[in-house]
Amino acid sequence: MFTSLDFTSILPEMLILALGVILLIVEPLWKEEQRRNAGWLIAGGLLAVIVISLLFGQPRGESAVFGGMIRFDWFGFFFKMLFMFAAAVTALLLMDHEKVGQRGEAYLMLLASIIGMNLMASAADLVMLYLAIETASIPLYILAGFIISDERSTEAGFKYLLFGTVASTIMLYGFSLAFGFSGTTDLYQLAGMFAAGGISLPLSFGLIALVLVGLAFKMSLVPFHFWAPDVYVGAPSPVAGFLSTASKAAGFAVVARFFFVAFADYAASWTLLLAILSAITMTVGNLLAISQTNIKRLLAYSSVGHAGYALIGVVAFSELGATSVVFYLAAYILTNLLAFGVVMAFSRVTGLDDIKDYAGMSRRNPVLALMMLAAFLSLAGMPPFGGFVGKVFVFAAGVQANYVWLVVVGILNSIVGVYYYLTTMKFVYLDRMPNQDEENHPIPLTRPYAIALAVLTIGVILVGTVFAPWFSWATGGALALFN
Amino acid sequence: MNFPILSVITFLPFAAAVIMLLMPANRKTEVRGVALATASLDLLLAGWMYLQYLLGEMTGYQFIEQYDWLPMLGISLKFGVDGMSAPLVLLTGVVMFTGVLISWGNDDPHVMAGIQDRPREFFAFLFLLAGGVFGVFVSLDLFMLFFFYEIAVFPMYLLIAIWGWVKTREYAAMKLTLYLFIGSVIALVGALAMYWTQYQNTGILSFDMIQMESAGFSASFQYAWFLPVFFGFAVLGGIWPFHNWSPDGHVAAPTAVSMFHAGVLMKLGGFAALRVGVMLLPQGAQQWSWLIMTFAGIAVVYGAFIAFVQTDLKYMIGFSSVSHMGLVMLGISTLNHNGLMGAGVQMFSHGIMTALFFAITGMIYDRAHTRQIPELGGMMKALPFTGVGFIIGGLVSMGMPGFSGFIAEFPIFMGVWGRAWLLAVIASISIIITAAYIMVDIRKVFFGALPEKLEGHISPITALDKIAIVFLCSLMVLIGMFPAVMTPMVERGVENILRLLGGA
Repeated sequence: MFTSLDFTSILPEMLILALGVILLIVEPLWKEEQRRNAGWLIAGGLLAVIVISLLFGQPRGESAVFGGMIRFDWFGFFFKMLFMFAAAVTALLLMDHEKVGQRGEAYLMLLASIIGMNLMASAADLVMLYLAIETASIPLYILAGFIISDERSTEAGFKYLLFGTVASTIMLYGFSLAFGFSGTTDLYQLAGMFAAGGISLPLSFGLIALVLVGLAFKMSLVPFHFWAPDVYVGAPSPVAGFLSTASKAAGFAVVARFFFVAFADYAASWTLLLAILSAITMTVGNLLAISQTNIKRLLAYSSVGHAGYALIGVVAFSELGATSVVFYLAAYILTNLLAFGVVMAFSRVTGLDDIKDYAGMSRRNPVLALMMLAAFLSLAGMPPFGGFVGKVFVFAAGVQANYVWLVVVGILNSIVGVYYYLTTMKFVYLDRMPNQDEENHPIPLTRPYAIALAVLTIGVILVGTVFAPWFSWATGGALALFN
Repeated sequence: MNFPILSVITFLPFAAAVIMLLMPANRKTEVRGVALATASLDLLLAGWMYLQYLLGEMTGYQFIEQYDWLPMLGISLKFGVDGMSAPLVLLTGVVMFTGVLISWGNDDPHVMAGIQDRPREFFAFLFLLAGGVFGVFVSLDLFMLFFFYEIAVFPMYLLIAIWGWVKTREYAAMKLTLYLFIGSVIALVGALAMYWTQYQNTGILSFDMIQMESAGFSASFQYAWFLPVFFGFAVLGGIWPFHNWSPDGHVAAPTAVSMFHAGVLMKLGGFAALRVGVMLLPQGAQQWSWLIMTFAGIAVVYGAFIAFVQTDLKYMIGFSSVSHMGLVMLGISTLNHNGLMGAGVQMFSHGIMTALFFAITGMIYDRAHTRQIPELGGMMKALPFTGVGFIIGGLVSMGMPGFSGFIAEFPIFMGVWGRAWLLAVIASISIIITAAYIMVDIRKVFFGALPEKLEGHISPITALDKIAIVFLCSLMVLIGMFPAVMTPMVERGVENILRLLGGA
């Protein structure tokens, strides 16, 4: 029987579903040129869902619902809010996309995908987890290949699909082994089995590796990052922005719950494994970013690098570590969405994506240039933006866990990051257009862009200056994993 | 002490930067007006704060304010100044004020003086920088110190890359940013290590630096972490062999930014190295002081020699800054009363002096369009104000009695004599070299005949420029004539440092 707790625990998902139904009913009634209004509907609707969930759907303590399928706690709740916020912003950014903005299906796919992500963040059972991951992924495969007339988009969709299915199959194999050896699919019972010494160490290591493949694909850790640059370039830009933020964060949510809860007793083996992955991911991501000439590829590699930084918090395997991951991801989602938003606003007007095309951008639209500056400095880890605080917390967690070498690798990488982020900003602020007639080539912002970018910019600065409330929420989420 | 003067001083520039960015881009005069008004107000507040400290009890940290920032990790916004930092806050106010004055710009198309291109962004970034600098000088919380330290670093990139000297600006801006960023993140790791070690030792989670003074760091911890922390910050202080970014940065930067860079930013490095490195890890400082002393000694002599052979006026001043900042580091490394005293006064004195030098160099370059010393001459007749200003600055630089340079350098050499007399002898060579290049350059640039090429191109400097020069000169003379306006205050700061060193 359904209890009121069951209802509360999936309140956001039910509301999102209702929102999708409303969209399905309303959209056919709109004329072709009105259909971009779906973006307003979805963004506004998701905002309402966030508010309603915050008012009525807050978890009180941790509880297992639906027979242990779902864990209703602050950790999942915090991530759900993040995903829905990211999706609302993405909906706004989709509106003025020439080929996607007027298609109701795109918004529907977005909604379907966040239902999956929300469940990923709260799933506590292998079966539920796999279903959630597939629910989140399949709509994204479609969205990545949404522009059928564009070869690159089709290629992106296929590439993402092929890589994704292979990775998730391997992960599923890991799940089935876990079930086979322990006889349970419940993550929290698995932890008990492992603690009782049910599985030998080499076997557990293999299990961890198999599971990690699927999740590493989601988080785009090296060496499972190959899809990222191609998919980001080919997919519609708002989708790429969503992939690099919410989808990646969802992977981290699963990793944190999986490793901190189910594999807690094997921490000694997986922390080192993840530490090495983190070091390689940061280094490869940042080094490859240096030589990019396309801004979306640059952001793709930089987002690979950022996955490496965030992983330091997981490696630390402590309350502060979990908190810092959550905080880092919150700051990163805002920042990277802002960066992608600026890129979209620029390429919508100019149709160009190369870094050198950004020459003179600060004269063409000073406000957009300042927003880009905020985004890139935040990515580079400079105050007073969110990226700085996130990075300091992650590094603090690393030093606390005696992973000083990993923090040093992180620091070296952030220096590389400063180099290529500033080099990009150099084009924006220093270089001129070939004829020096920037006044004749303004970059106007449409209303959805202006709203989305303004909200994100303020968010990035707020997270970086008034960080106590975000931090206490992140701590609340992290503590849920250690009970 | 109800009025939160330090936080107002710190946040005023940030507020002004936001206001300026919200103003329409074509309202150049209004933007400059806001900039000047803010800078004047900040200078008045800083001056008032300084006088309050000087005329008050002069004990320990004053004007303390504390606000929770992130209580869970013990991060707070804690403001406070002591005898070491109060003069530096005043210095920042002075440089900010004069920097705005000389960047005002005029409409004479023959004179490319001041900032004509996008002054709104220029002043906004300059004020972000200034706010960051104030923040570092007044922070008593280690996290907050890093927060403001990084804020002070990144606007430098844009200020130099956008408004700098076309030939080297991209290279110099990137080099400077990377050097400073590397230094600061290395120091950050050290700071995090200190934070967790304090937690292990005392069970207190706090970034409060006064708290950390009694964290009981073990000797081996201090030996290991002192070097990364001290040198991480000292990079910004231009310590040899990590000084390389500094002259390049000076030369490429626009005038006001050069003033900030040499006048204030380099002090940021010296100050943070002292406050975090020496004061929190005193045993580490005692262990390694010989190394700093060696490096600083090399910087003093080497910088002076390199400055001597420069033909570009800005490079000359840039390397003389390396030499003079070497004296600051030398003073710090003595770890005794005289040396630290001198270092404290030298930071202020050198800040004012270099700001003056760069301001004058900028005025000459804007009119003559060259900074090559052999191509200049006769400026005394054409621009008498700059000539007199440069000569006063030169006398300070040489350490002449009656000027602030003497008050600063004499104790440093006394302090070094106490530790290693041979080094004092070697370092004093720099005084002779300095005197030589200053006098030669004054003769070449300001006396003799005006080169024919420049005939008729040298328009007079504006009233605002004159105010800036007179203001800077009078401060240096004031301190030289009446050391009592500064030395007792610095002495209190030094006593605090000595207490920590003695208690180690």
